[in-house]
Amino acid sequence: MNQSLLLLIIPLISAIVIHFGLKQKLASVAALLGTVATLATLGLSLSLLGSETQGASFNWLQVGDFSINIGIQLDQLSKGMMVVVTGIGLLVHVFSLGYMKDDEAKARYFGNLSLFMFSMTGIVLADNFIMMFIFWELVGLSSYLLIGHWFQKDSAADAAKKAFLSNRVGDFGFLIGILMIWGITGSLVFNEMALSAATPFLAAAVLLVFCGAIGKSAQLPLHVWLPDAMEGPTPVSALIHAATMVAAGVYMMARFFFSIGFDVIPDCSANTIAWIGGITSLLAALMATQQDDIKKILAYSTLSQLGYMVMAVGLVDPNAGMFHLYTHAWFKALLFLGSGAVIYACHHEQNIWKMGGLFKKMPITGITFVIGTLCLTAVPGTSGFFSKEGILHAAHETNPALFYIAVAVAALTTFYMFRLLFIAFFGKAKDEHAAHAKEVPLVMAVPLLVLGLMSLASPWIGNAIPALDDFHPHIGFEMNSVTIASIAAFVVGLAAAVVLYKGKESDPLANNKVMQLFRNKFYIDEIYETLIKVFQDLVAAIVHFIDEFVINGLIVGGLTRIAQGTGNIFRSKCQDGKLQGYATVLGAGALVVIYIVTLL
Amino acid sequence: MLLLALILIPILAAVGIFAGLPARKLTLAAAGINFALGIYAALCPACVGTLGFVVLENPAISFSLGLDGMSAVMLALTVIVTVAATLSGSCPEGREKLWYSSILLIAAGAIGAFVSTDLFFFYAFHELALIPTFLMIGILGRGGNERVSIAWKTTIYLAFGSIILLGGLVLAGTQLDSLAFADLKPVAEHQNAIALLLIIGFGTLVSLFPFHSWAAPAYASAPAPVAMLHAGVLKKFGLYGLLRVGLAVAPEGMKHWLNLLLVLLLCNILWMGLVTINQKRLDNMLGSSSVMHMGYIFLAIGAAIAAGGNIIDPATQSLNLAASAAVLLMFAHGISIALSFSLADRVEAKTGTLEMNQLGGLAKSAPKLTFLFGLVAMASIGLPGLANFAGEIMVFISGFQGWTPDQALGPVQIATIIAIWGVVISAVYMLRAFRNTFHGPAVERCEKASDLTLTEKAPAILLSLVLLAVGLYPNLLLNLLK
Repeated sequence: MNQSLLLLIIPLISAIVIHFGLKQKLASVAALLGTVATLATLGLSLSLLGSETQGASFNWLQVGDFSINIGIQLDQLSKGMMVVVTGIGLLVHVFSLGYMKDDEAKARYFGNLSLFMFSMTGIVLADNFIMMFIFWELVGLSSYLLIGHWFQKDSAADAAKKAFLSNRVGDFGFLIGILMIWGITGSLVFNEMALSAATPFLAAAVLLVFCGAIGKSAQLPLHVWLPDAMEGPTPVSALIHAATMVAAGVYMMARFFFSIGFDVIPDCSANTIAWIGGITSLLAALMATQQDDIKKILAYSTLSQLGYMVMAVGLVDPNAGMFHLYTHAWFKALLFLGSGAVIYACHHEQNIWKMGGLFKKMPITGITFVIGTLCLTAVPGTSGFFSKEGILHAAHETNPALFYIAVAVAALTTFYMFRLLFIAFFGKAKDEHAAHAKEVPLVMAVPLLVLGLMSLASPWIGNAIPALDDFHPHIGFEMNSVTIASIAAFVVGLAAAVVLYKGKESDPLANNKVMQLFRNKFYIDEIYETLIKVFQDLVAAIVHFIDEFVINGLIVGGLTRIAQGTGNIFRSKCQDGKLQGYATVLGAGALVVIYIVTLL
Repeated sequence: MLLLALILIPILAAVGIFAGLPARKLTLAAAGINFALGIYAALCPACVGTLGFVVLENPAISFSLGLDGMSAVMLALTVIVTVAATLSGSCPEGREKLWYSSILLIAAGAIGAFVSTDLFFFYAFHELALIPTFLMIGILGRGGNERVSIAWKTTIYLAFGSIILLGGLVLAGTQLDSLAFADLKPVAEHQNAIALLLIIGFGTLVSLFPFHSWAAPAYASAPAPVAMLHAGVLKKFGLYGLLRVGLAVAPEGMKHWLNLLLVLLLCNILWMGLVTINQKRLDNMLGSSSVMHMGYIFLAIGAAIAAGGNIIDPATQSLNLAASAAVLLMFAHGISIALSFSLADRVEAKTGTLEMNQLGGLAKSAPKLTFLFGLVAMASIGLPGLANFAGEIMVFISGFQGWTPDQALGPVQIATIIAIWGVVISAVYMLRAFRNTFHGPAVERCEKASDLTLTEKAPAILLSLVLLAVGLYPNLLLNLLK
């Protein structure tokens, strides 16, 4: 059997066995099985780095000479991504062994994690657009199931639904884009896409395909689902809603751009993509500055960092985007699992204003969280610094306006992350749970340590792997305007955080009108809710009314009355009036239509 | 002979029921035997041979049966849904004769229609199947006092659809040498009129907008097995007829009305999609959703019309992409809607209501019911891995087949683009319904509800496995069409 197929089969079997074989009675076995399966896929992914194994393919759907294959494309892009997905996947599984130990639906949780690993692997390995769309939808399903893990809670059930629907809106464009690309390039297979001639349709098609990424990578205007998705268990947030699935949009765009070639991408589409990324990163960073829920801060931070990656894609430098995806995956997973450890230790308290002083009580969590923060805020020498530099350089060269936005976002990132650190990890404990917090057990601490190590070392490890030489990033330190801007942004953000939040008991900015705008996420959720109520629910109600009372009722019923009044000729005692109504309408309607069209 | 047996077994079993034999057991046995024979026949249409004898010389009408790829798939659909329908619903005490004989006669009619290779019997068998449908809605329906008028309304609607259809068929038939399917060819005159009559006639039977208002109330008030058989199987008669007969006798006429058809099918998807969003009861929601989903199959027919109207690809001598998409989606929708009605009936049996605002949190007390309902909800949302996705993606692809960027988007492409918005709409109403019924804190009536028993699970599991098998590997079904 082809090794690469095993990458798909192992997690699938694990999911099936857990859901239908083990169930809650054997929950511990289920947890172990899921973890071992992920370990096996990590081993396979690592071994693929050094091997020349080719992809595999089998026919899934065939009609005449049209066919869709389930095919695997093994190249640097997919091999690198597989290591990230399975590596973080494994650490999240191990962490979950502790975090979800006493959950009453532990088996379902691990079954769905395996389902996610299967689906995500499919996206990464897909060699054609339809297969990618298939697994794209399946990660959507696993995300839905995991966000809704505690579905008895209204908030979790609503968040799951919202995530699915927002993604569906993106998929609407994605699917149309795929069909148009098929028409334009003549193929659905990434390696066979050939552009015969320039066409105005390409600009539209690229943007439509990008709609898929807007949904999955939670870019404006479909970003609203990601913060709500924090209703899911925290390890899920780390794996799916920070490190891997939400980055799938960026991965897909990179795959797509490599397939059609950078030079054919129309400028207008690329600019639109870059601006959507840039604006998302700025607005999300602003929203993050005023959140009080530790997971929400990290969620908005994720939105903001995804915006960076999308911006890089739009600047037609997907390599820079992918490099930031790789480094971000490790340190953001670390931060989320760190927040999970904090929530675990504080008895499910998520409000940072009820924490404080945790650094001393939870040294491993504290130190690793600080490492994650330093990477995210791009302190020189950390992985985040190098990957952010790549994006800043790309912006600096081609789009000065976006460059300034990106620098502003860097300052905001430092500001909100140090706000979080000062309030939750330093100062005095503001709540009893925080005062009695203890370090988490080893099974949760070890993944934190490994992630801390990977967060720092990921650029060098990446560079040491010859199989990924196309993606070897530039690691170096030169004093140029970009570097200076980046360091200055860090200093400004840090200084603001120190002044405003060091040692504070409550938020000094809470009453500021502008800050309330940030806190309320620019009221975008509320605006959408109103729009949905008006444009969907109200219109649906009106349409339903017309359907029921006009098409079905008035016309049928009214004609019945006419028939009753004038049509006694038709009337016979064995029937009631209604029948004739339906009959007359149907017959007469058809005749009228025929009459009209023959005249036309 | 096997094909004749497939029709006669349920009819004889129905006779046996009226003669006093145990109704449920006999029906199960007949459905089971038909299931085995039907699947065997579908897998190997060549093995079953054909049968034919002349009934009338002039006009040439013969009773002839035969099986090819398309009818094999419809036959498989019928025998699968029949078994599930027999096991679904709860027959009122003392009404076993009517209940089970109706199931058998609907099945016999549907099988007869799909294996007939002569226009006359194709039409007649469908009419036969409608009679027990009306009786069941009117006598044993769940529509309370309304049920009789709902039954009448459905009767009149479908009868008129049938009459308009008959008009079209007669107009075409008089220009043909024989009514055998093999002899159907484009007629010389009145193609436009024939095509319109067939679109309206077949369309009414399939609830094409604006001839759709019979469907949702009929399905909501029909007993579960009848809703399953009609929405799942019988309704596909109209689509099958359009593909098999309409495109064969009036390809040019169909092309003439293509834009009209596209507008109407988009109304099915968007208009009915919005109506579905606004439904407050689970059964009405499912009934409306089945009307909506017909739009996709009509879209495949539209693509087939645009592709020239010949559903057989001359190069490969097998069904072309658009027609295959239509058949695959008919099958998938048939299985999934039958499964939905079967499960909705159980929700009502367990909780006493189908009003969604009176339900909530059923997942806790009835996890198996929740899993199966979630599966079918995902199927109708079009989630990959379940058969409906394979059908829908093929429909969309066939809508774009032949389009190249040096030409503007044609009507079929534009209709396809608009139709894809339907995937958002179905997700909205299905997830809302699922969320309201199964998720959230449990309301009292759901807290006390029991989960599915083994017998209740059986039909749902059968249908789920079919959805999964075809969804995971669509070639399983597509190979039958070669």
